Amino acid sequence: MNVERRRPVPASLAGVTTSRRGQSPAAFDAPVKVAVDGLNFYYGTKRALDGISIQIRSNLVTALIGPSGCGKSTFLRTLNRMNDIIPDTRVEGTVLIDDQSIYESRVDVVQLRRRVGMVFQKSNPFPKSIFENVAYGLRINGLVKTRAELEGRVEESLQQAAIWEEVKDRLQESALALSGGQQQRLCIARALAIRPEILLMDEPASALDPIATQRIEELIYELKKKYTIVIVTHNMQQAARVSDQTAFFWLGRLVEFDRTDKIFTAPAEKLTEDYVTGRCG
Amino acid sequence: MSTRTLEWIVERVLLLCALLSVLTTAGIIGVLAVETFAFLRVVPVLDFLTGTEWTPLFSSQKFGVLPLIAGTMLVSAIAMVVALPMGLLSAVYLSEYAPNNLRRVVKPILEILAGVPTVVYGYFALTFVTPMLQQVFPTLSGFNALSPGLVMGLMIMPLVSSLSEDAMQAVPRGLREGSYALGATRMQTALKVVVPAAFSGITAAFILAVSRAIGETMIVAIAAGQQPRLTGNPFVPIETMTAYIVQVSLGDTPQGTIEYRTIFAVGMLLFVMTFGLNLISTWLRERFREEYA
Repeated sequence: MNVERRRPVPASLAGVTTSRRGQSPAAFDAPVKVAVDGLNFYYGTKRALDGISIQIRSNLVTALIGPSGCGKSTFLRTLNRMNDIIPDTRVEGTVLIDDQSIYESRVDVVQLRRRVGMVFQKSNPFPKSIFENVAYGLRINGLVKTRAELEGRVEESLQQAAIWEEVKDRLQESALALSGGQQQRLCIARALAIRPEILLMDEPASALDPIATQRIEELIYELKKKYTIVIVTHNMQQAARVSDQTAFFWLGRLVEFDRTDKIFTAPAEKLTEDYVTGRCG
Repeated sequence: MSTRTLEWIVERVLLLCALLSVLTTAGIIGVLAVETFAFLRVVPVLDFLTGTEWTPLFSSQKFGVLPLIAGTMLVSAIAMVVALPMGLLSAVYLSEYAPNNLRRVVKPILEILAGVPTVVYGYFALTFVTPMLQQVFPTLSGFNALSPGLVMGLMIMPLVSSLSEDAMQAVPRGLREGSYALGATRMQTALKVVVPAAFSGITAAFILAVSRAIGETMIVAIAAGQQPRLTGNPFVPIETMTAYIVQVSLGDTPQGTIEYRTIFAVGMLLFVMTFGLNLISTWLRERFREEYA
């Protein structure tokens, strides 16, 4: 680490991590939930991820930042093997979740995705009713036996996603009639319904207005009590506000990974500093 | 010649081409309407639509069109039993399972299948499928509804498959990802998310297929027989609306007679049926386009 070359961080970002609303201090010594070692990823012959090694801890929010095309979304999608559905891709290296490798041939991808939920950049509710959207994951995985149990889990999920009050009287209406922010919270409820352990969020607020964004961020504070969250974001302030740890990606490499307050106030790498202060990227 | 004059000529010629097809259609409808009107002045419309005997070419003339409609419906129903499930399943395979390069090969081949002249299918039904079926069902007549129905189903299957596949491909990838991310298998994603999301497009494909079956002529004219019969039995000879029109057109029925006018009345009925179905199909596809614009 080269201390001399570090430049002062602008005031606009310096104070931002201290402004969290009465949160308990993050447990940086929590057990490791996801351990990634030497991960390479290829689209055809193009290498999109280059030797990523990172440890993501339980019940923390880990933000992935970096310019477009730096591999952060690709990395996120390796954690629930979502890239499997893209033809002509290849993975090298290991990804362990609770010390179990997820890329071994005996791993059931369906089981994996049940444990590792995902929320997408563009909200993607199914063209079904609000109720059926949340019930879908429960039904296909056979997680509930009775109608009452199903209704209970749907309500519980909608409450966790802080959308219950808005939709409780219109559960049978089409999900496509909801506003953008509501649709995204519905998608979060849908992901929570099958009770995952890890929640991956790929720029969940990038298409939303500031108020809807704030609601999603508040939701993330709540959810981290129960879930391990990994969030990709283009928005520096958002990363600073919601995350405990931040990983900075650049051209498919992991440049720096540290506590969020360190990344934003005293990054070790000059490239990180240039990026978080807006001098590059 | 100046550029402007040339442009003027080109524009007029193009307009003429466009008008020609519109006028032709209008002319056909006009002739159908006039002849049908003349026919209905002799035969009351209620007798025509609800009569159960169709014998305009016999000395005891009866003009109940129901046997022809029944024949058309029977053959079409058999064709749909083949074409709809097979077409839909092959569309699910092509859209959700097949690798890209396989799809690029198979889809054009399916579409070529749809381009085989229907007369070929007709003789295929009469000289190959019927004898084969007779091995299984000895009571099957040489002319029957079953064999042309099955062959017609095979012929229409690619149409259903291709149009349904288009509808499924139009479903955004995000929906599939949302389903996979919840631990759904490929089959669950295909049947519970993609097919319902493409529902109006698939329905449009189905309706178009029905309309195609109702209007199909050569296969039934060759292999179904020429015996108007109000029956649901697929083993005996029947006659469809289209086959009847062929029969009269090829015969020596003099122009202007009531026998001659029957084909316009039947043709009008056929036109109304297929036109209605096509309208519904187009409307459904428009609606589908709005959902995922």
